[in-house]
Amino acid sequence: MLANKDRIFTNVYGFQSWHIDAAIKRGDWDNTKDLMAIGQDAIIDKIKASGLRGRGGAGFPTGMKWSFMPKEPKPDRPNFLVINADESEPGSCKDREIIRHDPQKLIEGALIAGFAMRARAAYIYIRGEFIREAENLFTAVAEAYEKGFLGKNAAGSGYDFDVFVHRGAGAYICGEETAMLESLEGKKGQPRLKPPFPAGAGLYGCPTTVNNVESIAVVPTILRRGPEWFASFGAENNKGTKLFQISGHVNKPCVVEEAMSIPFRELIEKHAGGIRGGWDNLLAVIPGGSSVPLVPAEQIMDCPMDFDGLKALGSGLGTAAVIVMDKSTDIVRAISRISYFYRHESCGQCTPCREGTGWMWRVMERMRTGDAEISEIDTLYQVTKQVEGHSICALGDAAAWPIQGLIRHFRPEMERRIKDNRGGGLEPMMEAAE
Amino acid sequence: MPKVKVDGVEIEVPAGATVLQACELAGKEIPRFCYHERLSIAGNCRMCLVEVKPGPPKPQASCALPAADNQEIFTTTPMVKHAREGMMEFLLINHPLDCPICDQGGECDLQDQSIAYGRGQSRFQENKRAVTEKYMGPIVKTVMTRCIQCTRCVRFAEEVAGVEEIGAIGRGEDMQITSYLEHAVTSELSGNVVDLCPVGALTSKPYAFEARPWELKKTLTIDVMDAVGTNIRLDSRGRQVLRCLPRINEDVNEEWATDKTRHAVDGLVRRRLDKPYVRRDGKLVPATWEEAFAAIAAVNAGSSVAAVAGDLVDCETMYAAKALVTAMGGSLLEGRQTGMDYDTSSLAAVNFNTTIAGTEEADAILLVGTNLRWEAPLVNTRIRKAIKKGAKVFAIGPEVDLTYRVEWLGNDLSVLGKLPKNVADAFKGAERPIMIVGGAALRSAHGAALKLAKSLKLVRDGWNGFNVVHFSAARMGGLMLGYAQKGGIADVVAGKPKLVFFLGADEVDFSKFDKSFKVYVGHHGDHGAHHADVILPGASYAEKSGTWVNLEGRVQRGERAVFPPGDAREDWTIFRALSEKLGQTLPFDTIEELRADMGRDVPALAKEGLASFEWNPPALSDTAVGTIDAYPIKDFYLTNAICRASPTMQLCSAELLHGDELAEAAE
Repeated sequence: MLANKDRIFTNVYGFQSWHIDAAIKRGDWDNTKDLMAIGQDAIIDKIKASGLRGRGGAGFPTGMKWSFMPKEPKPDRPNFLVINADESEPGSCKDREIIRHDPQKLIEGALIAGFAMRARAAYIYIRGEFIREAENLFTAVAEAYEKGFLGKNAAGSGYDFDVFVHRGAGAYICGEETAMLESLEGKKGQPRLKPPFPAGAGLYGCPTTVNNVESIAVVPTILRRGPEWFASFGAENNKGTKLFQISGHVNKPCVVEEAMSIPFRELIEKHAGGIRGGWDNLLAVIPGGSSVPLVPAEQIMDCPMDFDGLKALGSGLGTAAVIVMDKSTDIVRAISRISYFYRHESCGQCTPCREGTGWMWRVMERMRTGDAEISEIDTLYQVTKQVEGHSICALGDAAAWPIQGLIRHFRPEMERRIKDNRGGGLEPMMEAAE
Repeated sequence: MPKVKVDGVEIEVPAGATVLQACELAGKEIPRFCYHERLSIAGNCRMCLVEVKPGPPKPQASCALPAADNQEIFTTTPMVKHAREGMMEFLLINHPLDCPICDQGGECDLQDQSIAYGRGQSRFQENKRAVTEKYMGPIVKTVMTRCIQCTRCVRFAEEVAGVEEIGAIGRGEDMQITSYLEHAVTSELSGNVVDLCPVGALTSKPYAFEARPWELKKTLTIDVMDAVGTNIRLDSRGRQVLRCLPRINEDVNEEWATDKTRHAVDGLVRRRLDKPYVRRDGKLVPATWEEAFAAIAAVNAGSSVAAVAGDLVDCETMYAAKALVTAMGGSLLEGRQTGMDYDTSSLAAVNFNTTIAGTEEADAILLVGTNLRWEAPLVNTRIRKAIKKGAKVFAIGPEVDLTYRVEWLGNDLSVLGKLPKNVADAFKGAERPIMIVGGAALRSAHGAALKLAKSLKLVRDGWNGFNVVHFSAARMGGLMLGYAQKGGIADVVAGKPKLVFFLGADEVDFSKFDKSFKVYVGHHGDHGAHHADVILPGASYAEKSGTWVNLEGRVQRGERAVFPPGDAREDWTIFRALSEKLGQTLPFDTIEELRADMGRDVPALAKEGLASFEWNPPALSDTAVGTIDAYPIKDFYLTNAICRASPTMQLCSAELLHGDELAEAAE
């Protein structure tokens, strides 16, 4: 279990004030100038050495991402840092806690990360539904400007850096990095084709890096305590600490910072008060937010909660939004509801996602009631395969995976419903006329 | 030049080519819906997926992927087949099965590609989506349930037409293509979205339910609605032209056509002159050809004869009329009906020398007295392309919306003598500067424009940046044939001819000719016919083989699509027959003979292609005074007799240009 002294987010429960004076007492903005003085490439090297992988879901090494940015930006094409606070994935609620209770960590991280990638400014794109959080963030940024931590000669470092907060309008797809850039530019939030990647041509055609809130917020602490300290947690290739968001059928749902690779059982027992009705009552877990395939109880129980451990189970860590479902769950309905979410949030740009998400949801709704043929389960699986990997962005994959997970692990349950719906017989009932 | 392997065959592709272009170079067909050569890449239909190595283990959209050295592209693997079948199935699940009542049937990309790349049947058992119709104006009919959201129309409107009035609203399955607030699309190019639409969502409203493509006879010819000389294909059934589509000609119209070009064809069957008329007791009465010819012969004009050419006539007609007038001893020929009298001693000084395609390369552009959007819409689109490459545009004249950013220098022509510093600087630094002079400035500022062209060095090695834009299809041909008097049509009036032939000339001030015997040779009962003493029914551009010269001096030939109605005849044969009655038999019996004669007189007209005029500008008075108060075209949709007879053009004019007035009157 992660020791208290090793926590990065010391106010994640909101026991103290989120304002800047309290944050400074907790150690934020402590000699930020010195952290930056080691130089831009040294910061990137330290982040690389820490093994930090992107906390937004894909797990791309953060330091490496920063190193793609041009080392000498042209005056008419400055570098930009865009921070993704459009946290809309069902189950995820970590960025919200950071912005609510520890916003200065994010802002300090924005300065250091922006400096490291030679960015002129950072744009924090915050989810439209986060009303109070956005208010906090606006206040926090204003406080940082007041203290001289941002703007000209930010934090006395001699580097000019601005942070802008931009509120979204409530579209899940704007959490996709290129759709976010479109939205920031004032256009309809639809993902762009890649290549070119944002590091080459991003916001307003300028080199841009898009990072998750948590990836940026941990940076100052990593630099203060050293990459070795951060790398001391977690298994190889899955270093560091992570905010886990445990929801669903546990006794005490919570957001908690833990070391990566903590076994699932330990995570639930230590922080969430155990499964409702005991471990025998566990049905399945969606370990990384709604877009990753579910994992049945017997496989997840002793699995290390990290990128590689969950990948081995055919799922993923995603944002570490652990959705726990006990045996009272109507698992088909749960996945059908997730399908509805993706149908609703598909941007409509490319064919497989636009047409496929609606089709999959409709079939899932019939699967829920059992009003289907057994063979349609296979058809559904093939449709998910037709969507997966064929769309412009990853929303197509995200819509396909939960259903694939369901069919992989709960096909008997789906077949049972279809049979029950027919009154137990497998053969289709004859029409009277036949 | 990267080398790639397409299905095992190694080929070299131009730098910057996409994987899709590489596949096409290798002779592989790649299905596509959203990709279009002339529009930006959207990559959203996902139909062009191919397998690429090295790359991620999933198919790639070939339209958006740059071809790179040592790439291996596979277009026939199971992964690609699976992807195409999947996309086809997705596109079809919400596409209605209404092909039997769809106007796109027979020329539908979705039909063709589902045969070639789709599965035999659908596994979709739910209800299909239905979408309400949208209103896009008098030209474009919508059946939006058929839409596959390829966004070609959106991109066309924004990028080529320059009106950001079509867009997508809604999200996911509920995404719908619509015009802004469902108003008519205010573009003179809106008809092109019908061609671009790969399905039957956007079809032609005037052509709705008229014919199937396989019933139509296709004739290749040249458009006469403006002086661009758009290459068109007339689709006809029986004796009627049912529609007009653009042909691809990179030098002229690329693959676009204006709404007027496309939809004025329904004017070809209305208000037609299908028999000769003779004025008796102040009234025009039907007559036979013999009676009409006798009435003309009775004038006994001697050599007091003139010919005035209209805007739409072909060179053959003008040549035949000229031959007759000359044979009778006359010399008064004029084509500039409205009184223009600019100097024509050097045709290069009144030609579009940069060429239409060359306009794209310009980096500094000065428009002088031209509303290019109406006078030559397809030159206007080229200027949009030049702007995309970085060109700056300045204009003198009343401000109008040209669909791009223009720095207006006021409407005082004296600006030509003293350009503002920023304009002069822009032209000084420009490598390929051009000036485009329109009809509104030609009368009083031709010399000043030529002088400015000299001081700005618009004509330099391999580049001629001096351009005059005409808007009547007959103009350049007429000037080449000598249809120009020094003082313009005023000279013809001053000559007091006893007999005047009006070749489809409808814009003339006929009151000045009330002493002359007026013979109208044309095809529509418009102004000219109303004032005529004898009407000889001729053929419209669709009903004769003809030669037209466009504004850049490009000689182009068109073929006859249908026969003229009733007793109407091809115009040159009318003059040939009349010449016999007047005792001046013309020396040609066939159009080939006429063309041979015409080629001897004006060699440039003998062969198709760009005529070259030597740059030898005349010495003219080079002070420009006065202001440009208005541009010559008052109503884009009603510029000639065919348009005025066309219900579609009337509707466009009423709705798109006078819609506000109508709305007010209704209130």
